[in-house]
Amino acid sequence: MAAKVKQLPSRGGTPAEKVYLIEIFKGMAITLKHFLRNLWDNSNLYVRHYPEVQPDIPARWRGRHRLLTHPDGTPKCVACFMCQTNCPADCIMIKAGTRIDGVTEKMPVSFTIDLAECIYCGYCVEACPEDAIRMDTGIYAFTSSNREEMKIGMTEMLSLKGGFPEEEYQKGLEGE
Amino acid sequence: MILTLTILLAVIIAIAWAAFNAAYLVLAERRGAGIIQRRPGPNINGPFGLLQPPLDGIKLMAKQLIIPDGADKFMYISAPVLVMCPAIMSFVALPYSDWLQAQNIDVGLLMVFAFASMGTMGIVFAGWSSRNKYSLMAAMRSVSQAVAYEIPMIITALTITLMAGTTNLDAIVAQQSENFFHWNIFPLFGETHNILMPFSFLIFFICSMAETNRAPFDLGEAEGELVAGFHIEYGSMGFGLFFMGEYANIVIGATLATIFFLGGWSCPFGLFPGVWWFLIKMYAIIFTIIWIRWTFPRTTIYGLLNLSWKILIPASLVNLLLTAGLMKVF
Ligand code: SF4
Ligand code: SF4
Repeated sequence: MAAKVKQLPSRGGTPAEKVYLIEIFKGMAITLKHFLRNLWDNSNLYVRHYPEVQPDIPARWRGRHRLLTHPDGTPKCVACFMCQTNCPADCIMIKAGTRIDGVTEKMPVSFTIDLAECIYCGYCVEACPEDAIRMDTGIYAFTSSNREEMKIGMTEMLSLKGGFPEEEYQKGLEGE
Repeated sequence: MILTLTILLAVIIAIAWAAFNAAYLVLAERRGAGIIQRRPGPNINGPFGLLQPPLDGIKLMAKQLIIPDGADKFMYISAPVLVMCPAIMSFVALPYSDWLQAQNIDVGLLMVFAFASMGTMGIVFAGWSSRNKYSLMAAMRSVSQAVAYEIPMIITALTITLMAGTTNLDAIVAQQSENFFHWNIFPLFGETHNILMPFSFLIFFICSMAETNRAPFDLGEAEGELVAGFHIEYGSMGFGLFFMGEYANIVIGATLATIFFLGGWSCPFGLFPGVWWFLIKMYAIIFTIIWIRWTFPRTTIYGLLNLSWKILIPASLVNLLLTAGLMKVF
């Protein structure tokens, strides 16, 4: 297939444009118009006043991880290592142990994610056969002044709650 | 003794005036750029962000001054001072009203231009001594730019001198003081009826913009090609001084344009003559300079030099000759 060529008329050739000065004043008039409008009423600026106004996070947003629990409070995770194997950033560290609450055979003894290394790809969530790990907390900002604090452990992840109602989250999954 | 003290006081006021303008013009420029681009600009510190300049100053002063390996230490340190000091020196000669002037010097015009051209030396020093290829290129550009634009600027100033018959800035203003139509920018009622005076004002305005390295002529610090140009290796207050020097030079350029063409502190209608008229005119010009930066992208170095050598210098020469001829006729 031949490439489509679109001919654009070349501009700037008329005598009035060659003088430049007229066009310069026109350009300045445009910026002055914007300046006066926004000076008069700056309510429709294109930026968010970030720390004061927080953004709206959609349900599909991949934020901080959390581990889900059964209704009785025991972790859903069965320590199958799917997420750890899948993780492209190699930042999940699971130690498996015998299950003590009798739900299945295995459970994690410790489950650590190094958030400094995580690339928030969401593969761990997709890989999990038990729907035990999700990234739906809606937390998008995480800062720390040292690397050790960026590693979050099992207790912390179990204690986090989902940021969205269940239906909304499921609807988000359907879109994928 | 008293005289020494008055001069000292005048110099201190000149320094404070330069520093104050430099600091708050930066804020005005940043906020204005924000407003034009539909964002608020720095508005957190203090009401309307008015505390931003002192905080910026504190930040810059608290930082370490790093001298790169292999830099020429003496030149490297003296460069920012060489940019700032001449700018402040020029303020001493500038009259803001018939009583508000540090020193009434008979060769005020010459002195201001002499110090203004020293600023370029600071830029060359900075570019050469940093031992960085980008800054060296920027310094060379700055020199060619300064050479190109000083000529039409001084020829225009010469035209004014010719009309006023003096280089005393006070006297130049006094001559235009009657009303609106005696300002040098208006050709019909002035000294010579020279129809080209508005263009002369335009030439002077463009040259003062190019002399102070302002956009769209800021090729000395073209970020796209030269990272940050001549001050690439400067941090902390060294950088701060370059910045303040640039804004002080803008104030000088606007002041000179006001004195030469807009009648200084004289009022358009003969009402309440005083320093406020001067400030209104001066800040209107400064606003236009900043407004141009908000509007236009940078030119190329060829475009810049062509504009000066092919258009501005011939035009200003023609204007000088015409003025001289008209002076003879009338
Ligand atoms: S989001 Fe990606 S990088 Fe982060 S833990 Fe999950 S799989 Fe690893
Ligand atoms: S979180 Fe899911 S994928 Fe990861 S070990 Fe537990 S059950 Fe397996």
